[in-house]
Amino acid sequence: MFRKRPEGSAATVWVTVEGREVQVPAGASAAAALLLAGLAATRETAVSGAARGPYCLMGVCFECLAEIDGVPNCQSCMVTIGPGMAIRRQHGKRIATPQ
Amino acid sequence: MTPQRIDLAVVGAGPAGLAAATTAADLGLDTLLLDEQDGPGGQIYRGIERAPDGRNKTTPLGVDYLAGKPLAAALRASRAGYLPGTTVWHIDADGTLSVLDKNGSRTIRARRIVLATGAMERPVPIPGWTLPGVMTVGAAQILLKTGDLVPAGRSVLTGQGPLIWLAAAQLVRAGAPPALILETAPHRNYHAAARLLLRALWPARRQLAKGLGLIREVRGAGVPVVREAVGLAALGRGRLERVAWNGGEIAADLLLLHEGVIPNIQISLALGLEHRWDAAQLCWRPVADEWGATSLPTVAIAGDGAGIAGAEAAALTGRLAALDAAALLDKLDPAERDRRARPIRKALKRELAIRPLLDALYRPAPPVLVPPDDVVACRCEEVTVAQIRRAARLGAPGPNQAKAFTRCGMGPCQGRLCGPTVSAVMADALGKPIAEIGTYRPRAPYKPITLRALAGLGASPSAGS
Amino acid sequence: MQRIDAIVIGGGLVGSAIAYGLARAGLKTALIDEGDVAFRASRGNFGLVWVQSKGLGAPHYQRWTRRSAEEWPKLAAELVAGTGIDPALEQPGGVHLCLSDQELDERRARMEQMRAEAGNFGFDYRMLGPSELKDMLPRLGPAVVGASWTPYDGHANSLYLLHALHNGFVQRGGVYIPNRTIDYAAAQPNDFRLGSGADEVAAPKIVLAAGLGNAKLAPLFGLRAPVRPQRGQILVTERAGRVFDMPTTTVRQTVEGGIMIGDSMEDVGFDTSQRPDVMAAMAERAVLSFPWLAELQVVRAWAALRVMPPDGTPIYDESEQFPGAFTANCHSGVTLAGAHANVFAAMVAAGALAPEMVPFSARRFDVPQAA
Repeated sequence: MFRKRPEGSAATVWVTVEGREVQVPAGASAAAALLLAGLAATRETAVSGAARGPYCLMGVCFECLAEIDGVPNCQSCMVTIGPGMAIRRQHGKRIATPQ
Repeated sequence: MTPQRIDLAVVGAGPAGLAAATTAADLGLDTLLLDEQDGPGGQIYRGIERAPDGRNKTTPLGVDYLAGKPLAAALRASRAGYLPGTTVWHIDADGTLSVLDKNGSRTIRARRIVLATGAMERPVPIPGWTLPGVMTVGAAQILLKTGDLVPAGRSVLTGQGPLIWLAAAQLVRAGAPPALILETAPHRNYHAAARLLLRALWPARRQLAKGLGLIREVRGAGVPVVREAVGLAALGRGRLERVAWNGGEIAADLLLLHEGVIPNIQISLALGLEHRWDAAQLCWRPVADEWGATSLPTVAIAGDGAGIAGAEAAALTGRLAALDAAALLDKLDPAERDRRARPIRKALKRELAIRPLLDALYRPAPPVLVPPDDVVACRCEEVTVAQIRRAARLGAPGPNQAKAFTRCGMGPCQGRLCGPTVSAVMADALGKPIAEIGTYRPRAPYKPITLRALAGLGASPSAGS
Repeated sequence: MQRIDAIVIGGGLVGSAIAYGLARAGLKTALIDEGDVAFRASRGNFGLVWVQSKGLGAPHYQRWTRRSAEEWPKLAAELVAGTGIDPALEQPGGVHLCLSDQELDERRARMEQMRAEAGNFGFDYRMLGPSELKDMLPRLGPAVVGASWTPYDGHANSLYLLHALHNGFVQRGGVYIPNRTIDYAAAQPNDFRLGSGADEVAAPKIVLAAGLGNAKLAPLFGLRAPVRPQRGQILVTERAGRVFDMPTTTVRQTVEGGIMIGDSMEDVGFDTSQRPDVMAAMAERAVLSFPWLAELQVVRAWAALRVMPPDGTPIYDESEQFPGAFTANCHSGVTLAGAHANVFAAMVAAGALAPEMVPFSARRFDVPQAA
């Protein structure tokens, strides 16, 4: 859905999206990484399981919820990527994980 | 734990917050600028410190974007404390802020607070707007600002307002022109605006010329434009595939929506500040005086959060709020405050000259506020317009009872996105003016906070740490 | 003027349940309510249908609460069938967790007294240790030393209940009138008039169920309702997959998956502001009880005012001066919804409160307290 401009800044960071290595411009958000990885649907809602993707990218809509470094329901548009960051889709309700 | 004590807390590091914090610190106020993002600029100047220097490199974002550079630089050079990556999750009327950062939650006690929480894009609830692949125009701009990302494949821009032409021009310059622009401005807006045009012509000549230049640039690049598009819908299974309007349809990978911006009033509502319905801008705004002072003695508001006036005006109102804070905290003689305010007010008047024209020209068509019944109003809890109408018919007198009945506005976004729709739909269903219907009364936490942080047990393992 | 059979003042859970019961009994009923922004304890509820803590030193209240818990399944089934709105009732029993030996000793004494006061009505409870609790609740923290359990307890979605009651009421011919504040009322025996002109409503019966508003309203009808506000705050987390099969007094999982944390009490007058220090204390207790909760995000929180009679026991009364006027006051609008819709409303419809309601009268406050 989105691509990096070839003329854009050279600095990039490697992250993983759904376990796959993705090269992302430094300073971009985790939501941008999800989009760059070619995912349109980045989560399923906790209500009906409907597919959703990022909408506003400015911290308002909470549509870009994703699992980042193992933490569920992160607002991925407000998280700047760092090297090795592991980003995954959010599948509906989180697991409360009592062991 | 005793809270950190300061003179002034500024919430939000967009143009208003940057200007307010810098001005206040220069006047000798012990000032802290709190911002959720990890760099200054807010949304309008997002990623500004990474932008190329205007002198030797150009950016598809244009020179107006680069105007954010000196604001950010001034903050860095000032004595104001700057706390990026810091979320304000509660504010008490006495000036105590509860803030969350990577170390956990703590409190800051400020003698005065300037809210500079800015604007958000007006929600555009059209059929299918929840499909992946439907985003806002502002979202595409943010991807360009923060990562030099542009749409791949066919993108369609729809809506109206100065931003749509700016964004289209930026995409053209970035080598990713939209496949189509569906402009939604109703024709009758032109009649209403014609009268105001004469009045704005001279004082706003610079902005008008710039706007016309953008439109020329986009059209010159061969981007097709459909005017007065109505009946918009996003179509597809599981993701956007096509965009339809009355009289046409086009295959698309990305649909970008924009019907103007509105104040982001989540915190000002939660604080219980007095708000009023702005019939010209079709949005709620906190009531504030010429210094930004609100109905709460400790709190002022600056920038677009007090009513949409644009980035340049936001920086100016930020300075005014800082001058007033300095006077109220005995760091500046009131006469001196007034003297320093004079040139700022003069510049502000120039910036505001074009507003009535823009408000009239780009007034959203009625379906933007009151969408068809089957459209999802609350994206979080998946509540439709029809369900809100049913709650109204059952007797719910306003948005808060409708929320209790339907869960509309109870999701993670806390009603930020459905608030405008719920007020307008209830007003329509009950045959009353929106001003009388009111809006949500949100509460803290303004943004989610883990129980660990809330309990004062430090930080949770967080993304990026 | 509109002449009807009954007027209920107060569109919260207490008033709606009674109005629903009256409409179901065939009375043409008007439900008078305030506007969108009001104190509305019913929108701030924790959602327990709770028996085990209610009625210490007031056996009639214990029995009334038990009665309501028994009526609840009938009410819930009827509301689902009639309105399609499911108030999500579950009554799997419930526990009260104790985080210190002192709390546990106090709880044990309280449960013993409840049983003693229940007499031959019976009160089934057990004190449980951590090993027994392990099978009933998700992983507990080491701070939990024990708990009390009764089979009577449960929970529901109080907002769906409110929605369903309003829906059922209107469906059965009830007239809902919002945005009203009662500034004028004419009371005569079995003749009550509210409003004026075309807006006037007249009925031979009236029920005051206006929550904290009852304190001022009741004297107009020869009644007393000396209720005061008690603030409670609640936290709700993001939705999680189901982990709790049983509610506790302070932590429960809603049908949507959010985990609710509640049970704060503050006497601060009519102030509904949120206090981060109280929210922190609630979070701390929740995390002590269930340490894994620490990583869950609180997405919503609020403060609301309970409607507290001086002794915590509900006030139900009928006016001697103006027969036909009744009042209902309590802080347990969810728990007592079953009794209000199915029992209390029937008494009002019949024209008099049953003898079992006498101990709930405000006249109890006239008796000088024994030293």
